[in-house]
Amino acid sequence: MFKYGYIIVPSIIMGFTSRVFMLRVDYRQYPSYPQGVLSHLTLGMIAAALGSVAVPAIVSNEFSAFTFLSLAAQQFRDVRSMERQSLDNIEPTELVQRGTAYIEDIAKAFEARNYVTMLVSLITSIAIYVLGNLEIPKIYAITGGIIISIITFLILNKSISRQKIEGIADVIPATISFKGPMLLVNDIPIMNVGLEASREIYLKNGVAVEIIPHDKNAVSTLSSIGQRQAIVHNASVLLGIRKDVDEPDFMPIARRNSDTGSIVVVMVALEPDVECLVEAVKKTLIIESTARKPLQSHIGRKVAD
Amino acid sequence: MDIGVKDTILAIITIDKSKVSGGSVPTFYAKDMEEQKKIAFNISKITTGMIHDLENGCLVVVRH
Repeated sequence: MFKYGYIIVPSIIMGFTSRVFMLRVDYRQYPSYPQGVLSHLTLGMIAAALGSVAVPAIVSNEFSAFTFLSLAAQQFRDVRSMERQSLDNIEPTELVQRGTAYIEDIAKAFEARNYVTMLVSLITSIAIYVLGNLEIPKIYAITGGIIISIITFLILNKSISRQKIEGIADVIPATISFKGPMLLVNDIPIMNVGLEASREIYLKNGVAVEIIPHDKNAVSTLSSIGQRQAIVHNASVLLGIRKDVDEPDFMPIARRNSDTGSIVVVMVALEPDVECLVEAVKKTLIIESTARKPLQSHIGRKVAD
Repeated sequence: MDIGVKDTILAIITIDKSKVSGGSVPTFYAKDMEEQKKIAFNISKITTGMIHDLENGCLVVVRH
């Protein structure tokens, strides 16, 4: 088997490296560090190994070995459900919940990244094998394979990267006011705040933004409750939320202006800095499954006229 | 499964008896707005509900 060591080893290394690059531990702290990260690195290693042995297996006429790739697909579906389950389990303990749409999106991203790892090592091994048959020194074949794998990784990573809110909408600061007990943001009624003390806190520490969609596609995407929940979750993580479990008054809210389709987000932050809220909202990912594109249909375009 | 009292009026606190007639919701009568606010605040803390103002002398505590 080690006849093909020059194919398998570089492929595993490239696949594993691609997984490391895709594993970003940032402010979201997801995957959780260090244990979550370790389990994902291990799974990445397995994915890389599976991708890299496929070509040598076929070359050695071991066709049954190829079916292991389908086993791998099964395994990565389990990764998705594992992530989903784990996030679902901690969801009730979140002060501002992620929402099921966001959880599904995170789980999907983990599954997709494992496929990228597997494809990178598969393509590396194919490239090294093909170049190796060209009567050139093995070291050139390996170098060529590594270059191809880097290109593959960059293309795949680009193709699975998600859009951000700033790509589909403008985010501008909005004003908070009260009409009696009714909380208004840019004159859109949000909710009834009965307690005077709470109203004062809203006026003092409240920050609000309006998200104005660029087109009809964006209107449709932003109308999703899951997308809005992801926005408020992200904003409250980044700005710090001034709220506890017994203060439902300060639950961050994203409401839709039914006339225009724009969204207003209001929250009470520990540090009421509206510029930061604008940035936080802009940087929120668009949840893949909530994205809608009515303008790509004949009816959608006709309605938009 | 999540079983509990949700999205319902938990209590009505009023200074105007004529605005509330008997029903299934606990109703508290306050002598002035000061006392009304105090009762509403306490009930909201006890039930983790939110206080809403109906602008007719009644406050309601709702759990969302």
